[in-house]
Amino acid sequence: MSSPIAHWDPEYQRRAATIVERYPDVRSAVMPLLYLASLHHGHVTEEAMEEVAALTGLTAAQVQSVASFYTMYKRERVGRYLVSVCTSISCFLRGADEVLAAVEGATGVVDGETDDEGLFTVEHVECIGACGGAPALQVNYEFVEGVTPAKAAELCRWLRDARPEVVLGDEMQLLFGGRPSFDPGAPEPEGAIAPVPAFGPYGSARPGTGGGR
Amino acid sequence: MTERILTARMEAHPADSHTLARYEATGGYTALRKALGEMSPADVAAEVKASNLRGRGGAGFPTGVKWGFLPEDLRPRYLVVNADESEPGTFKDRILLERDPHQLVEGIALASYALDVHHAFVYVRGEYPKPARRLQRAVDEAYEAGYLGTNILGSGFDLEVTIHLGAGAYICGEETALLNSLEGRRGEPRIKPPFPAVAGLYAKPTIVNNVETISTVPWIVAHGGRAYAAIGPERSCGTRLFSLSGHVNRPGDYEIVMGMTWRDLIFDVGGGIPDGKALKAWIPGGASAPWFVPDEHLDTFVTIDDCAAAGSMLGSGAVVVMDETTDVVAAAHRIVKFFAHESCGQCTPCREGTTWMERILWRILHGEGRPADLDLLLDVADNISPGLRWPPAMTTICPLGPSAVSPITSIMRYFRDEVEAKITRGATVG
Ligand SMILES: Cc1cc2nc3c(=O)[nH]c(=O)nc-3n(C[C@H](O)[C@H](O)[C@H](O)COP(=O)(O)O)c2cc1C
Ligand code: FES
Repeated sequence: MSSPIAHWDPEYQRRAATIVERYPDVRSAVMPLLYLASLHHGHVTEEAMEEVAALTGLTAAQVQSVASFYTMYKRERVGRYLVSVCTSISCFLRGADEVLAAVEGATGVVDGETDDEGLFTVEHVECIGACGGAPALQVNYEFVEGVTPAKAAELCRWLRDARPEVVLGDEMQLLFGGRPSFDPGAPEPEGAIAPVPAFGPYGSARPGTGGGR
Repeated sequence: MTERILTARMEAHPADSHTLARYEATGGYTALRKALGEMSPADVAAEVKASNLRGRGGAGFPTGVKWGFLPEDLRPRYLVVNADESEPGTFKDRILLERDPHQLVEGIALASYALDVHHAFVYVRGEYPKPARRLQRAVDEAYEAGYLGTNILGSGFDLEVTIHLGAGAYICGEETALLNSLEGRRGEPRIKPPFPAVAGLYAKPTIVNNVETISTVPWIVAHGGRAYAAIGPERSCGTRLFSLSGHVNRPGDYEIVMGMTWRDLIFDVGGGIPDGKALKAWIPGGASAPWFVPDEHLDTFVTIDDCAAAGSMLGSGAVVVMDETTDVVAAAHRIVKFFAHESCGQCTPCREGTTWMERILWRILHGEGRPADLDLLLDVADNISPGLRWPPAMTTICPLGPSAVSPITSIMRYFRDEVEAKITRGATVG
């Protein structure tokens, strides 16, 4: 039988193999493989779930039951920039609802939706661990803290105009952020190329050239 | 007396505290060298036990005691570090991952040596790719330098470390849900017993500890458990990271010796309330914790036991401050909404109850409350957490459901008149 991902490019096939190797039990690879497959397909499509199933020896239904449990596996089309505005308690106390409204206004996309062009998806999310820098948001899971409604709107317009290849937290923080949760220390060279967490094995992390510090 | 254990390096060397070079230049990995060279695994475990360190993930369980629960003869054993950090208000593990990841890596190596573990996992929440990248770079550097991998520092001890990203589910912070998630399943909590120490990851004996807990181990091994136990109050010894947020002048992470009062923490450390406003209430230990109010709790000591005695908990060390302008019904609604969203749905009282409580609070908030809603709220809450006591009783597999009850009992206890006023006003308007 040929590999279920024989049609993937070799780089993705290699990543899938390294992911599987990291665990004593292949089933543990389901979550990272779902990220990898969603990077490959743009989101977690039926086909993606079938491929992950074949790679891990599960049924597609089992993979779907896992994928549907977690909010970060997007089973519908996602824009190039996923803007996630935290509306949990600490951000709420510092004006998160107004930030969300400003993001909706600047992108023309309401909470939970994606625009026709596929540029923006806007969502409200629960606490993202940036409460000291409330209100906070993430673009493709990279942080921007201490925003205001005006700055958040500016950030969205900048994303539309500049269309950065790599979304860099430091760059966005410098241009549109305010007080962060803590001193970030050294600059962070890598950012995200897609609405999938920019972490090694998924291949969605890329060094960027943006402002930073 | 040492007051900076976990954050000393990042304070002194902001530009490169996350690198191996800086870590080694500031005494890093000497504890591991000492342990592998001169100490038996049991010696390392004994130091951690002597330190009286209590887990920093929320429950405050003594770490050395937990380690002692591993059955003697079952192998393999696993160590799983809980970096799911999703309790609203909490951002303390993030700073440890981003700013001093080698401290955690050394802690993992020491704990694994003590526990005869050869494969350790770190479960990092999916929304933390930057912290995960920092940790992965540290792990890669540690492999390269011989602090991880096979035959570590020539000792014959082998250890693999795998970083696993979650995908947006608060419940995966609960240790058995975390293990299910790490096994590639839905993150649904398991019924205990068996506890993870007996049957955890892949049904093998497993120790689950928080990032901050494990990050403390290098200091304990380097300086001795008794030195750690000597810092601060006896049953809440050592330093601890608090995340301050909300209506406070200086939000942020602060490493402090436990035992100061809440007044000290909010007004001295946190710089007080912005714009000279008055303090109305605060959450002492993350969204799950019952609230404290200035009339009763400003002079309560910030220790695990004092907070428990006062009817709440230090939990994850997340302090959320609310000023006098805060609409407490809106705040409680926001917190209950969180738990309703994050309920895994296994247990009916939690799945249905959190949703109902959210809806009732919503209608009170929007002027559509009914006089009977107060009793209804308490009744639904009582179905999740019978008796509405502290520590909570529960009709559920895990404490998520009872956590959603905390904001409700808090506003009913301290701000009942405000809730009632909203209902009366709503009734006259509507
Ligand atoms: C709903 C729920 C969420 C939790 N979330 C976390 C978390 O994000 N991080 C954490 O370390 N512990 C969390 N815990 C506690 C863990 O179950 C476990 O007690 C802890 O990781 C043990 O580590 P410690 O002994 O070092 O504190 C949570 C518990 C519950 C019930
Ligand atoms: S409440 Fe918004 S980041 Fe924690």
